[in-house]
Amino acid sequence: MSAEALRLEAVSKSFGGLPAVRGVSLSIADGERRLLLGPNGAGKTTLFNLVTGDLPPDTGSIRLFGREISRMPAHRRVHLGLARTYQVITLFPRKTLAQNLELALLGLSPLRWNPVALPSRRPELRERALAVLERVGLRAAADRRLSDTSYGEQRRVEIAMALSQEPRVLLLDEPFAGLSQEERREIQRQLAAIPRQVTVVMIEHDLDVALSFAERITVLHQGQIIVEGSRAEVVADARVQEVYLGA
Amino acid sequence: MRFWVIQSLNGLALGGLLFLLSSGFSLIFGLMRVANLSHGAYFMLGAYVGLSVLNAGYGFWTAVAAGAVAIGILGGVIERVLLRRLAGRTFSQVLVTLGIAFIIADSSLLLWSGDPMPLPVPRSLTGAVPVLGVFFPKYRLAVVGISIVTAAALWALLERTRLGAMVRAGVDDMEMARALGIPVPRLFTAVFCLGAALAGMGGVLGGPILSVYPGLDMDMLPLALIVLILGGPGSLAGAFAGSFFIGFLYTFGQALFPQLAYVILFLPMVAALVLRPKGLFGARAA
Amino acid sequence: MIRALPVALSSLLLLAPALSPSDFYVNVATQILIAAIFALSLNLLVGYGGLISLGHAAYLGVSAYLTIWLVTRAGVGHLPAAAAAVVLTTAMSVLFGVLALRATGLGFLMITLALGQILWGLAYRWVSVTGGDNGLSGFDRPRPFGIDLASPRAFYLATAAVFACAFVLMAVLVRSTFGAGLQGVRDQPRRMQALGWHVWMVRLVAFVAAGFWGAVAGVLYAYYNQFVSPHVLALTSSAEALLMVIAGGAGTLLGPVVGAVVVVMLKNVVSAYVTRWVLLLGLVFVAIVAFMPEGLVPGFDRLRRRRRRRRTAGDA
Repeated sequence: MSAEALRLEAVSKSFGGLPAVRGVSLSIADGERRLLLGPNGAGKTTLFNLVTGDLPPDTGSIRLFGREISRMPAHRRVHLGLARTYQVITLFPRKTLAQNLELALLGLSPLRWNPVALPSRRPELRERALAVLERVGLRAAADRRLSDTSYGEQRRVEIAMALSQEPRVLLLDEPFAGLSQEERREIQRQLAAIPRQVTVVMIEHDLDVALSFAERITVLHQGQIIVEGSRAEVVADARVQEVYLGA
Repeated sequence: MRFWVIQSLNGLALGGLLFLLSSGFSLIFGLMRVANLSHGAYFMLGAYVGLSVLNAGYGFWTAVAAGAVAIGILGGVIERVLLRRLAGRTFSQVLVTLGIAFIIADSSLLLWSGDPMPLPVPRSLTGAVPVLGVFFPKYRLAVVGISIVTAAALWALLERTRLGAMVRAGVDDMEMARALGIPVPRLFTAVFCLGAALAGMGGVLGGPILSVYPGLDMDMLPLALIVLILGGPGSLAGAFAGSFFIGFLYTFGQALFPQLAYVILFLPMVAALVLRPKGLFGARAA
Repeated sequence: MIRALPVALSSLLLLAPALSPSDFYVNVATQILIAAIFALSLNLLVGYGGLISLGHAAYLGVSAYLTIWLVTRAGVGHLPAAAAAVVLTTAMSVLFGVLALRATGLGFLMITLALGQILWGLAYRWVSVTGGDNGLSGFDRPRPFGIDLASPRAFYLATAAVFACAFVLMAVLVRSTFGAGLQGVRDQPRRMQALGWHVWMVRLVAFVAAGFWGAVAGVLYAYYNQFVSPHVLALTSSAEALLMVIAGGAGTLLGPVVGAVVVVMLKNVVSAYVTRWVLLLGLVFVAIVAFMPEGLVPGFDRLRRRRRRRRTAGDA
């Protein structure tokens, strides 16, 4: 409870001359549900990319459970318990749902280096994949190609893949984007079922859905944090209203 | 001293030829993101066309023009018929250019036989002139001059004409160029024509110096690639500087360390790629 | 999922050429298998790894040169020479892979091309070691266990055995959990990284595996030709291999084999009737890339499925 899952200190990132993230410091407690809000271009996804290692920071430190990771290769951070989803779903459309899931399961398994282990001879891999799909209600579609499923189902698969790695910190980048009302409810159900001990940080635009999920909210604007606090505090803040009225 | 002057002038001449070869290559890659693997073949075919025109009794400069025009047209047709068909699939486009290279190379063998053939120097440029204490072939100096004039003309084209502005826009940001209504497919064809024509012209001009022979295409292509790497895609200045740098490097390398000439040529390129791969290819928005 | 019928048929197909009365056709078959191993090795990089290399001949060539040099110039026995050639060439592929994988896409292509050209230049110029343009010769095939490999049939069967091993092992590799990862890295490298896969290392392993099998093909090449010259390291050599892979179908197991058949047949058989077989090869290649870009094997597969669907629809 007292452990700090993620701590950023004075993190900055510029592209060419354009600053995307400017001196951001934040602290997210273990098991917390944090929401990152902000208009387009506020630097939210860039911040995610810095945490996951898709981009290196220009300055600042990033700590995962006290461990400095800002220079650590991205894939190694995943092994420390970090997982994420992307704004645009970039999975493997010609593979089945089960195969997509297997790639996630293999990512942390020593089997990923095995050049002679045939999946057909490793039934436990498929069984684990099926179990995960069962939990999100997609077991029946396990052998269907990803491209033959709806966008909402693909999003559920993506989140399931991240969760299948039993992460300690999960980063969700606009999980509700482009979904219908019904599909959003499905995702909400999925998110509600995330184990309590997983720290979740979400970027979202859909305020209604997101506000119900978040415990604390950090609002970014032009690469800097302008407000941070509980739901009530943030919604009432004048600066937030100003920023969003313009957006 | 004589040695250095002669080799420097040779380096300049080779650099000039390389510029004609690689300026087109660089423009095509910068704009279309296609590494035209048949570019060496265009150079070679231009030389062969020039040779045939000369054998038919026409003058040297007619041959140069013929080489440029013929290869330019060929390039345009290939772009229009094959490359445009594969628009958006750069990998397939690159492979098609590789296939075209094979076709051109073998057709040339069929049409002109396998013997290496030097092109005769035009009568107006035979003989040597004194330069810095040595006698240097007039023709090679002329080649340097022609390449500089061509560079200036290309610069004027890029900086002062609408076509040039469109090309520069496309090289910088293709998406934006499209959004601005620039007719991208036709622009591609035009640039491809131009690049091919330059290569063809270079081939004819290079004929008296390099001769023309089967394999010239695969000898020239890696050089164009090196200049592209060193000079940067789509950069005329880069192609200019890179061409002369490689011209010098190759000439001096051949003269001083014939055993290691090829290594000397490729090591800077490998070094550049290994040390800064992102800087050369990651910079532009696709 | 080893099904009996395809295995039986392929075995028969593999053994059939040994029965041919004509030495010429047995030799062509041997060339096809050597080219197929080489194309399959390149396909690990190109088809399954998504990394286009124009310098793969480096492994074929260096391995061939090493084999012949060790036996004829250093007096090493055949088996140790072949083994050393493969080991040393594979070690070279580790170094080249580290260099080439500093980039992807066109940068990777250029580095592999450059490294190949450097080796070709060395082979030409370093006359004291490589024999320069004349190459290395005076290399005879050995007689292990009393079998005279100078006989075309015996050599063909030995090659077929190596091919069978190579094919099976590479098939297992691409179907393995690592192989699934390699293809995932080919398709979505950023996603794979976010799932914990070490993208660079996966690619390097594929590069080295490709170099290893290329080296194996190189040893066979040396024994088949009993001669090696710089031509084996030329850009055209690498380009031909790429043609085989693309024409047959990158990313499939049969594709490179089919590609090898097409190219070698064109080179040897067609060239008796059509002197400009390279021209024909180029035309076929351009046609395939332009109209059937996945290659012959997936292309025909698609046509077959479409015809089947139309037939059943017609019946309904």
